Amino acid sequence: MVDICFYFQVHQPFRMRKYSIFDIGHNRDYFDEEKNGEIMRKVAHKCYLPTNKLMLKLLNKHKEFKISYSISGVAIEQFEKYAPQVLESFKDLVATGRVEILSETYHHSLAYLYSKDEFVEQVKKHKKKIKEVFGVVPTVFRNTELVYNNEIAKFAEDMGYEAILSEGLDHVLGWRSPNFVYRPHTTNKIKLLMKNYKLSDDIAFRFSNQGWAEWPLTVDKFSKWVNSVNGSGEIINLFMDYETFGEHQWEDTGIFNFLDHLPGEHLKNPDNGFVTPSEAVKKFPARDVIDIHNLSSWADIERDLSAWLGNKIQQTAIKELYMLEGQIKAANDAKLLEDWRKLNTSDHFYYMCTKWFADGDVHKYFNPYDSPYDSYIIFNNILNDFIIRLKEKELKIKIKEN
Amino acid sequence: MKVLMFGWEFPPFKSGGLGTACMDLTKGLARNGVDVTFVMPNMPEGAEAEYVKLIGANNLAKHIKIKGIKTILTPYQTSEDYDSALLRIPLQGTSGKQNLYGKDMYEEVGRYSQAAKLIAEQEDHDVIHVHDWMTYHAGINAKEVSGKPLVAHIHATEFDRTGGNPNSHISHLEYEGLNAADIVIANSHYTKQNVINAYNINPKKIEVVHWGIDPDLEHFNTCHRHLSPFKNGEKVVLFLGRITIQKGPDYFIEAARLVKDYVPEAKFIFAGSGDMMPRIIERAADLGLSNDVIFTGFLKGEEVHKAFQFADLYVMPSVSEPFGLVALEALKNNTPILISKQSGVSEVLSQVLKTDFWDVNAMADKIINTLRCDTLHGELRSNGFAEAQTFNLDTPAQKTMLLYNKAMMM
Repeated sequence: MVDICFYFQVHQPFRMRKYSIFDIGHNRDYFDEEKNGEIMRKVAHKCYLPTNKLMLKLLNKHKEFKISYSISGVAIEQFEKYAPQVLESFKDLVATGRVEILSETYHHSLAYLYSKDEFVEQVKKHKKKIKEVFGVVPTVFRNTELVYNNEIAKFAEDMGYEAILSEGLDHVLGWRSPNFVYRPHTTNKIKLLMKNYKLSDDIAFRFSNQGWAEWPLTVDKFSKWVNSVNGSGEIINLFMDYETFGEHQWEDTGIFNFLDHLPGEHLKNPDNGFVTPSEAVKKFPARDVIDIHNLSSWADIERDLSAWLGNKIQQTAIKELYMLEGQIKAANDAKLLEDWRKLNTSDHFYYMCTKWFADGDVHKYFNPYDSPYDSYIIFNNILNDFIIRLKEKELKIKIKEN
Repeated sequence: MKVLMFGWEFPPFKSGGLGTACMDLTKGLARNGVDVTFVMPNMPEGAEAEYVKLIGANNLAKHIKIKGIKTILTPYQTSEDYDSALLRIPLQGTSGKQNLYGKDMYEEVGRYSQAAKLIAEQEDHDVIHVHDWMTYHAGINAKEVSGKPLVAHIHATEFDRTGGNPNSHISHLEYEGLNAADIVIANSHYTKQNVINAYNINPKKIEVVHWGIDPDLEHFNTCHRHLSPFKNGEKVVLFLGRITIQKGPDYFIEAARLVKDYVPEAKFIFAGSGDMMPRIIERAADLGLSNDVIFTGFLKGEEVHKAFQFADLYVMPSVSEPFGLVALEALKNNTPILISKQSGVSEVLSQVLKTDFWDVNAMADKIINTLRCDTLHGELRSNGFAEAQTFNLDTPAQKTMLLYNKAMMM
């Protein structure tokens, strides 16, 4: 028997507008309302609404079918603002009782790497938002972009989570397969679910690639690959961006048809099933200990942090952002804090990526700016405006004191 | 394969972009085994030996034959320029200059084109390749004589050169050449679109070949940063090119004014000459920038590389830049660049800053950030250099050869 564990990432950043150096000190409107609304409505139309509708149909049709989502806080905010019907359709899914919501940082950030305090606050803020919107409390944690190592697993365990997600790293797994539940090194209770990147990426990246030897990917073929794990694995973790459906893989590639028929085909084998992450760790024991010392992620061929922190402009931008944390918090200004937090979103650093060979094409596709340097300049300009706002605050406080 | 090419003088005799482009293409073709008979207006003393030296290896030289046609035409010439060039020629013997050269530029182009017929008869060739409007009629005449296919290369349209106010005589000649050609080669998609918009040429016969840059040039390996005329931490922003409406110097000077408020130590160098220079000098004075703006006049050869090397940023604010090879030269000299989006080279570069030429605020924003932030400057510099290293002369030559084959099959 083999269970499929689906986890879909749902996220949209608050993209910065073209904030110029001449805006500093005059304009506190940093985010591109128009573009963010436009993109949200486009993706809602192409992906979120049709995919949610299909998922609801599948959940109603197959009582064994289960899925999970991680929806960033900034995505939820944008649903509320630009596409409330999407949020309603997610609520309908959660109401079936067979859709699990995972925990993450509200701002889809890399805060763990720079400020543990801020990280904890963002995770709590997200948890609170999920409770408010969906009425559930997540028990499984996934860090932004599956950024992971032993230390993060331990930290999540201490925060009370029962499971955490990571990429299925070949160099760590060695002869072992990602198709079991594991225990992170140095932890006692928390369990680890590792992405089966081959099968996940067959859907997320290769599905429409006509140069791929296995194209076209049929439900029949995919189910055979899944069933071949039978006897040598217990769980197949299919982790991917939700935007795979309809946005990365357009409707005309047949992706919806594939998704429509996958659960039925998988369940033809009576031993097969579906699990959510929290069910998986209750159902299966940890078969081995996984020791991941270096930071890893699910991005690019390197599976490391180089997409966000690979070059000096990215490193400078994020360092200067977190250098302001103390002052921002001391200023006790909710709007300023929230603006600062919106800049925490990992996408801003992703847009500054300059690895243009091989993986570069992917980055370009998702980049709303003319170049990585433009996004750095905009980011830098906004940070400079923060500094002016902080100085104004100090001045006001001093005046009051006098 | 044998090509009869009507082009322009190679450097160092003339170092406009067109001469460099012709030389690089000829070099690339020769390296790929194509025989080129290169016909040029004028053949300066000792030219042949000089070209062999420029082309480099002797085994390439055997593929190249230089033919000269005596004329005083130069690329980018206006009819006024021609008149004054004609006046400068001393009267010789009894024949007189009036018998030797055309009485105006258009007559001279006609005379040059007639001479092309004779060369087309004498020189064996499979395809005719012409570069920009002055040589187009030569190409049409050569085709009449030999019946071989005509490839018209467009480096800049009359609309690019004049900021949208074309000389109707020139644009007519340009149209005739493009129309008669079996294949038109545009040096960018930007130029291709301009050709379609201006002349309504069938898009299907226009092919795009982006330029490359010679990876082996030695002067890129030297460093003259220490030669900067400024010693007190001044930041240098460089404009290099003809100071004409096409190159956008007026937008650059407005941006300079905005930069000055944020980076008081910035200096702005105009390297080049052109008809807009008096206006720019005056505008600089109006803006209170007289002490911050420096005019070097026309730079050539090594001076160009030195200027790039001590500049902190090279700005190419062209209103219309069909390609913009100079941007690649700047990168090869380890200088970060900010180029206008209205340029062909912006289609093939990603590790650079880009702006619309008219968006003075955005231009200034990018200049200020680059001058103030060492990290940004460093990243642009090293990534820009690495990107420029991916360009070479073989890629454009090989694409051109495919087009020769296509033209020969037509």
